[in-house]
Amino acid sequence: MTGLDARLVVDRGAFRLDVTLTAAPGEVVALLGPNGAGKTTALRALAGLTPLTEGRLLLDGEVLDRMPAEKRPVGVVFQDYLLFPHLSALDNVAFGPRCRGASKAEARTQAALWLERMGLSAHAAARPRRLSGGQAQRVALARALATRPRLLLLDEPLAALDARTRLAVRAELRRRLADFEAVAVLVTHDPLDAMVLADRLVVVEEGRVVQEGTPSDIARRPRTDYIADLVGLNLYRGQAEGHTVRVTDGPVITTVEDFTGDAFVAFPPVAVTVHRTRPADTSARNLWRCEVAGLETHADRIRADLTGDLRLTADLTAAAAADLDLRPGAEVWATVKATQTHAYPA
Amino acid sequence: MIKGSRAPLPLLVPALIGLVFLVLPLIALLVRTPWARLPELLTGAEVWQALRLSLVCATAATAVSLVIGVPLAWLLARVEFPGRGLVRALVTLPLVLPPVVGGVALLMALGRNGVVGRYLDDWFGVTLPFTTAGVVVAEAFVAMPFLVISVEGTLRAADPRFEEAAATLGASRFTAFRRVTLPLIAPGIAAGAVLAWARALGEFGATITFAGNFPGRTQTMPLAVYLALQSDPDAAIALSLVLLTVSVAVLAGLRDRWMTAS
Amino acid sequence: MLTRSLAVAGAAVALLALSACSSSDSDGNSGRLSGTVNVFAAASLEQSFTELGASFEKAHPGTKVVFNFGGSDSLAAGINSGAPADVFAAASPKTMALVTGKGGNAGEPETFVRNQLEIATLSGNPHHIASLKDLTESGLKVVLCDEAVPCGTAAKKAFDASGLKLTPVSLEEDVKAALTKVVLKEADAAVVYQTDVRAAGDKVEGVPFPEAAGAVNDYPIALLKDTGNAKAARAFMDLVQSPDGQRVLTGAGFLAP
Repeated sequence: MTGLDARLVVDRGAFRLDVTLTAAPGEVVALLGPNGAGKTTALRALAGLTPLTEGRLLLDGEVLDRMPAEKRPVGVVFQDYLLFPHLSALDNVAFGPRCRGASKAEARTQAALWLERMGLSAHAAARPRRLSGGQAQRVALARALATRPRLLLLDEPLAALDARTRLAVRAELRRRLADFEAVAVLVTHDPLDAMVLADRLVVVEEGRVVQEGTPSDIARRPRTDYIADLVGLNLYRGQAEGHTVRVTDGPVITTVEDFTGDAFVAFPPVAVTVHRTRPADTSARNLWRCEVAGLETHADRIRADLTGDLRLTADLTAAAAADLDLRPGAEVWATVKATQTHAYPA
Repeated sequence: MIKGSRAPLPLLVPALIGLVFLVLPLIALLVRTPWARLPELLTGAEVWQALRLSLVCATAATAVSLVIGVPLAWLLARVEFPGRGLVRALVTLPLVLPPVVGGVALLMALGRNGVVGRYLDDWFGVTLPFTTAGVVVAEAFVAMPFLVISVEGTLRAADPRFEEAAATLGASRFTAFRRVTLPLIAPGIAAGAVLAWARALGEFGATITFAGNFPGRTQTMPLAVYLALQSDPDAAIALSLVLLTVSVAVLAGLRDRWMTAS
Repeated sequence: MLTRSLAVAGAAVALLALSACSSSDSDGNSGRLSGTVNVFAAASLEQSFTELGASFEKAHPGTKVVFNFGGSDSLAAGINSGAPADVFAAASPKTMALVTGKGGNAGEPETFVRNQLEIATLSGNPHHIASLKDLTESGLKVVLCDEAVPCGTAAKKAFDASGLKLTPVSLEEDVKAALTKVVLKEADAAVVYQTDVRAAGDKVEGVPFPEAAGAVNDYPIALLKDTGNAKAARAFMDLVQSPDGQRVLTGAGFLAP
């Protein structure tokens, strides 16, 4: 079989990573998860920088488990790029081909081509510290690609960039990854990076895969609080019975889906309407009595953390929050229309 | 000057005392130098022979230290192995050992009748004591720890992930060391080499004990100075002055070259 | 000869002090000895002087003899630059002259022992060295003392007198260093003092040679000008020159003056 087929187990006393990862050639997979989840360990295991305790690692049918890093057909773009500071951009890119047997002249010719492709010909002679963040990232990518890897690994590829450069570099990296014909695996804790860059997300928490799927699937149907939080949804788990889901240790939520069994229910914070008094004439099927636990400004909106019948977050406009005179400890009523909730089997 | 006057007194005062402490003996040496007799004292061929031998041996000892000391520093900094702390302590031992004791230890190890030396003699007909090579061995023994400690410190401060990056690009550990680590720690190696060279140049105890003292073969400047001190203190001062002048010239010259190179 | 008679009287005092406990009578006029005597002595005197120092302290409770053993040249340099010393016992008149030449002595130096050169060979004398000439055989590793130190001067004198030409492998900084090279079997032979050969026990074998008679080294001793304890210092010097002192010194291989 072609592509990546791996089960990565790394045992480090208190922490154990055990993830299964498959990817077809041309596919971009993002490992998404909070800090300390084991994403970087997984990436290092793929690169051969951290040995596997057990498991397997096949790339295009070839067994890589015990192969040392320098023999693996794997390219890595490190988080802070790790461009060799004493070499020019050109020599950084030529380093890989040279190590893989190309003559000095040949390696430099190849490197020059890669830099040209990245639009960096003008900076070929520059030392890494003279390059901007975006340029350095492209040199790092060119350096990794110059060895013609069959597996490209990117560790937090945009984390070292400032917000403004990030937007441009992200779009460009997406194009380059789309052009890449082999398997690419990137590690990130930023859901936006993951969703823009990857064809498929693998969510890792505490060393295990908790969910995988396309970005839109995961955005719509999160299965853990972490993902729900990342994609900005209120998420509950319970038992579905027709059009209702009884939330574990909580109230019943009315939904539009119709099924029975273990279920998740999710709705976005903007779907919540907040009232100071119990609304008499609401058409909303879900009505809960809550208390304001906290308020924070979120872009141009106010995000309210509510406790009570159900823990949830609600987004309000600043004007609405002012009208309601919301403050921590205030008693409120929250309503959510059934049509704005989304229930799916767990 | 403005910067200097802003230095807080609790730092400035001890700093100046420290400077005076280090420089005063050198000044005293200059004050007591028999300038009028200098030409007469320094015309002897033995002086220049000893100086040449000193420079050659110190440089060779530094080269030996580089060839085996840098890999040793790498081993200590980068490879986990049981007893590493002990090995590190052993490496620094020549620093605390009185040099004369070091010389006796070298005789017992590499002498004609030494633990290893007897086989060098039996199998290869090589005896180190009383030879110029013996001077290099004694100086390297005393000077190499300076290099190892300096380079190991630099290696520890250097980011080991550069070596990993090199590995993912197909570089073997040795290639990664040679093409990435070595250039990155070059300043540390240079600093260590200078320390080792300076220490080797001034080496006396281990050299005279292990290699003996014979003009043109094992009599380096410090040995010549010591023996001159026995009979003609003025000559000893004159010789010391030559040694100092040459070392200062070499060290200052090297420093300038690095400054312009980097 | 004031110094001579003083020395004789002193020797008598020391003898009495050594032989009898009730020496208070003879000390009566001059008072009891006390305080520290700093003795700068040639390295070759270490064993015998240490022994004599102990006897002295025992005979004169309240006194303390502090030794500084080393190369006579370094000791002379130390004395000339103001090191606190009461007595200087040098291994050659030449090194003593370094001090007297600067007027550092309080009394005339007197020869108290003599030392003669001997060849020290590996124990068992595997190379069958029997004379100074044997040392010049090629392939033998011979160490001498550097000419800057007394044993080197004496050895040079012996070689010059015999008309022999020797190329040593090393010119050592002092006699002990030369002997050590033979003890450690790095050198096949060294020309050192009889006393050193004796002190090394069976680690080396001594080979006397006739030319040594022409290169005997006198050991002078002198009271120093800057002494802070002249009385006790003189008493110690007298002990060194007394029959008891001489017995200890000749026991260590020195020749009587």
